[in-house]
Amino acid sequence: MKLSREEVLHIARLARLGLDEAEVARFGEQLGELLESFAVLQRVDTEGIIPTAHSIALDNVVRSDEVADSLPPDQVLANAPRQEGNFFRVRPVLGDR
Amino acid sequence: MLKTRQLSSVELTKSYLEWIREVEPELKALVTVTDELALAQAEKADELIAAGEAQSPLSGIPVLIKDNMCTRGVRTTCSSRMLDNFVPPYDATVVEKLNDCHVVVVGKTNMDEFAMGSSTENSAFFPTRNPWDRSRVPGGSSGGSAVGVAAGEAVYALGSDTGGSIRQPAGFCGVTGLKPTYGRVSRYGLVAFASSLDQIGPLTQDVADCALVLGAIAGYDPRDSTSVPYPAPDYTQCLRDDLKGLRLGVPKEYFVEGMQPEVAAVIRAAISQLEGLGASVDWEASLPHTPYALAAYYIIAPSEASANLARYDGVKYGFSYAETDSMWQAMEKTREHGFGPEVKRRIMLGTYALSAGYYDAWYLKAQKVRTLIRQEFDQAFSRFDALITPTSPTVPFKIGEKVDDPLQMYLSDVCTLPINIAGLPAVSIPAGFTEGLPVGMQIIGKPFSEETILKVAHAFQQTTDWHQKKPEM
Repeated sequence: MKLSREEVLHIARLARLGLDEAEVARFGEQLGELLESFAVLQRVDTEGIIPTAHSIALDNVVRSDEVADSLPPDQVLANAPRQEGNFFRVRPVLGDR
Repeated sequence: MLKTRQLSSVELTKSYLEWIREVEPELKALVTVTDELALAQAEKADELIAAGEAQSPLSGIPVLIKDNMCTRGVRTTCSSRMLDNFVPPYDATVVEKLNDCHVVVVGKTNMDEFAMGSSTENSAFFPTRNPWDRSRVPGGSSGGSAVGVAAGEAVYALGSDTGGSIRQPAGFCGVTGLKPTYGRVSRYGLVAFASSLDQIGPLTQDVADCALVLGAIAGYDPRDSTSVPYPAPDYTQCLRDDLKGLRLGVPKEYFVEGMQPEVAAVIRAAISQLEGLGASVDWEASLPHTPYALAAYYIIAPSEASANLARYDGVKYGFSYAETDSMWQAMEKTREHGFGPEVKRRIMLGTYALSAGYYDAWYLKAQKVRTLIRQEFDQAFSRFDALITPTSPTVPFKIGEKVDDPLQMYLSDVCTLPINIAGLPAVSIPAGFTEGLPVGMQIIGKPFSEETILKVAHAFQQTTDWHQKKPEM
């Protein structure tokens, strides 16, 4: 069950992941092989079973809304690839595809 | 020895740093050696010990930290080009807790990129070698931490475990490695891979050390909303020599098809020894949904990963593709060049399982199977105090043997990943050798029963010396 080139490119687009041509071909085959093997899941009867997102039952966690210390801007921005003043610099958002 | 000041932490640290320099060219367990930091911490520890202010048995003792835990001012790479130059502005809670004990951090360990892998070959920098046979992998993803402990590059190490990443390399390298119950140890400052499965835990030379380190890092943390609000006990208090009255189960599904017969034989002999220590053993216990755990895991973990890794967009930190003015192209190229093949494969797999039209059939289905697996463990623990299995179906494989075959690589986690799916605690301890290579035994407990599994593991180590065997260096 090989994934088609179009399917691979569609998923890559959803993930905003660039792939070269060799990767497109390889992932088509490998993902197909993996999904074929994982299809055993379809054999399990899960009628009426509630899905588990977390293994340990948790109460909703709340905290009081209090002002606390946070990292200073220079430390927050220290790893930024591009910055301007106390901001992360990004490329134009509007007008891009 | 440090407390009675027969030896200073500075002397101890220098001897470890020297040993690291000697063995690293061959083993390559470390991404970063933190010489300067280590010596400064050792000096401070010596001062505090002399003043009677550093009371922890861990004070002044060298430790290695897996390179996916944030260390303030020390680069934290996840063995990825994406974070090659990332220097965190804060410490992970576990690092903070160890620093409160005045430990000495001697280095950050190599790993599979973003903890995705079972051999440490997925590191973007270099593979790490198994000290028992340098042509073989150390396991993964915490391979560097396991090798560091096995080769004596530090006294102990921290690793993280999403599907076996502490236990499998511990088994492959002949050391003790524990994955705590989900929520027992704070994940704050651990670079996220699969948030409902990740846990941090210790890799140590023996169970007594493991209990000590677990006690130091466990406990509630308001900065991790999934950490549980229970106090952490002193785990060293539960260690006993005998196992009278303890009920052990051996789930037969874990002796899987394709398991090396020699590995199964070592584990069966080790379980007989536990029987000899007074435990009752049911050799025919059963967890019938076990064969579906691998598929469920490799849908759930990549799905969570695909969401977690969406943050690497080249804007806030990490690698950033510069040669374009298009926002989308910059993002796609950043991710194309910043991530290695296994990380991309898992992002693709997870995105597929979560995408429109496939969500119910894959992701939701896997979560329902997850429920069944957990229920089955709950039922087993009404009859047993602990379950015993092999940690891995085989001995360490050759470097390069499985890198081009993802399914074969994924199968090396087949005995460990069901435990993450169910959120249980489990420890791997050395149970014997075959072909001169270590074999790990996994002891699984019910949620928050770390004391029980440590007790079983410790009793075993009181009558065996597998954990004291050292690779030839």
